[in-house]
Amino acid sequence: MSFDRKTQPIPLVALLLFFTSTTSAVAKSIDETINEAVASVTTPFVSFIFSPLPGTDFPWIVLWLIVAATIFTIYFGFIQVRAFMHSIELVKGDYSRPEDAGEVSHFQALATALSGTVGLGNIAGVAVAVSIGGPGATFWMILAGLTGMASKFTECTLGVKYRNEYPDGSVSGGPMYYLSKGLAEKGFGLPGQVLATVFAVFCVMGAIGGGNMFQANQVHAQVVNVTGGSDSWLDGRGWITGLIMAGFVFLVIVGGIRSIARFTEKAVPFMAVLYVGAAIVILIIYADKIPWALGQIITGAFTGLGIAGGVVGGLIQGFRRAAFSNEAGVGSASIAHSAVRTKEPITEGFVSLLEPFIDTVVICTMTALVIVITGVLRIDPQTGLYVWDAGAGRIATEGDLSGIDLTSAAFGKAISWFPYVLVVAAVTFAFSTMISWSYYGMKAWTYLFGEGRRSELAFNSMFCVFVVIGAAMNLGAVIDFADAAIFAMALVNITGLYVLMPVVKQEMNSYLDRLKRGEIRKTKG
Amino acid sequence: MPQDVFVVAYDGTDQHAVDFAVERAIRENAQLVIVHILEWSPYTFLTTEELAERHKARQQELARAEEAVMKPVLERVRRAGATADGELRYGSAVDILCSIAKEKGAAMIIVGRSSSLSTRVFGSVASGVAQCATVPTVIVP
Repeated sequence: MSFDRKTQPIPLVALLLFFTSTTSAVAKSIDETINEAVASVTTPFVSFIFSPLPGTDFPWIVLWLIVAATIFTIYFGFIQVRAFMHSIELVKGDYSRPEDAGEVSHFQALATALSGTVGLGNIAGVAVAVSIGGPGATFWMILAGLTGMASKFTECTLGVKYRNEYPDGSVSGGPMYYLSKGLAEKGFGLPGQVLATVFAVFCVMGAIGGGNMFQANQVHAQVVNVTGGSDSWLDGRGWITGLIMAGFVFLVIVGGIRSIARFTEKAVPFMAVLYVGAAIVILIIYADKIPWALGQIITGAFTGLGIAGGVVGGLIQGFRRAAFSNEAGVGSASIAHSAVRTKEPITEGFVSLLEPFIDTVVICTMTALVIVITGVLRIDPQTGLYVWDAGAGRIATEGDLSGIDLTSAAFGKAISWFPYVLVVAAVTFAFSTMISWSYYGMKAWTYLFGEGRRSELAFNSMFCVFVVIGAAMNLGAVIDFADAAIFAMALVNITGLYVLMPVVKQEMNSYLDRLKRGEIRKTKG
Repeated sequence: MPQDVFVVAYDGTDQHAVDFAVERAIRENAQLVIVHILEWSPYTFLTTEELAERHKARQQELARAEEAVMKPVLERVRRAGATADGELRYGSAVDILCSIAKEKGAAMIIVGRSSSLSTRVFGSVASGVAQCATVPTVIVP
């Protein structure tokens, strides 16, 4: 595939700039046109991934994720519970060898993988889950986070075990490598190659959908929200926000200006702490309502509380949003985790299982609690049940908001100026997720088309164009495509994980035995 | 009687400390261990791309430090007539100097003094070593 870097993107930019000067009505139609054009291409794929099990409304892919997380949890004997404290010790560096100083530490691999995972899924995705599935979705989301820890453990161990190390010292790891090399070891050479290739294709799509379009879309929603909502000049002009964001992304991934990437990715942990801190403050303000909110979450999980989708609807939303947010079973994080320097691949598996915990069990739960507790979801005062907005397909909300706007409104109810902070957090999260995913997508792309300047430039340019498209489209269409792409990755990845899980078990048992016998000792503390 | 060992911190510029160490080592027939530390924390943030290239970057950094810092200083010290070994390490300068002194059973640590606003506010390697050293420490201005 050839792509002329000097000429190709310019007509597109020129075309879009031309429309900048046109009237509002025409400008609105740019977003609409993009939405319709892209949706018509993605709809068949989305319909396939989310097609229900025969005779039910239950998407088979959600069942696939639930079954996988449950199987890994049982097969590894609740490793997420057994190894939790040991994982924290590994991250602290208690077992790091002094001679490895200067190499990638467990802490660094975890921090980097987290900055790719903690994103708008935690802020916007959770709002979607709770408004469609009701408070009960939170319960299922937490359960998905807890069981997802075992999926993450499996894939990240394999990521390190089967990574490629090149003579110059750089490494490439992730599902592409364990699917091809690991399955070949088990005597499935050809199927392994096929799975690795299919995974790479879906990974490119996932990078564009979830790692890019969804993020751009929700940043635009936030920018419109704080600049006047439907009165904002930017309302309906998502492509303008998109162009600006695409410009920055371009500077980083094509222009190689790493300082921007470093700055935003470094700001992520800070923003995450700020976000969780604000959520805790709100919970303290509404402390008297916490038992009620927890009651809503538990009752909602088993009764549905009058939500149209009922219990099953909440469960589907909970698992969908959790998987999207923490990416357990998706395989993406194993690309980042595979760079760690360790003689024991299993240690990286232990470290990675903290990721769904931090991402989903802590951060997503905070968002959900704030939304439920601040009462932005409408409740019928007579029946005490949530008011269903059939037109929007979700619970009626204050100001008719959804996605990140709903989260923003919930935080704003308790802390009036927090929506402004949230915009900064959203932009930071979105940007760092985009940069991380551009790297994951690039790894998949070069796996398919080979390395080299032209090939990399083709991917990066395409990635930037989709920032604009994502910002211009409607949330519904974007989130469906983003989910479908991410879940398609999980479909392929988990198939491989089933074949390779005995390898992980062997590593795990050997390591835990040596740890018990005292052959593996702390180097400090 | 075994030779005494003096640990000398060398950041690539503080020649005074090295000159002082050489003079003392010759006079007392001691062995020098010249330590150059590449400041590193396992808790700093790296981007995904930096993660993948860290091992490669580390090898390059070590090679550069060996070539540009360690080799010239060892040559200079040996030409002056002292016996010396070099140590290149990653980590926090203060911690590593103190732990190397312990490892080698050193009789003395020799460290140069730098003076800038940031060292006045946050403390310098010299003042840090003075705090944690278990052997006499000489701070050379």
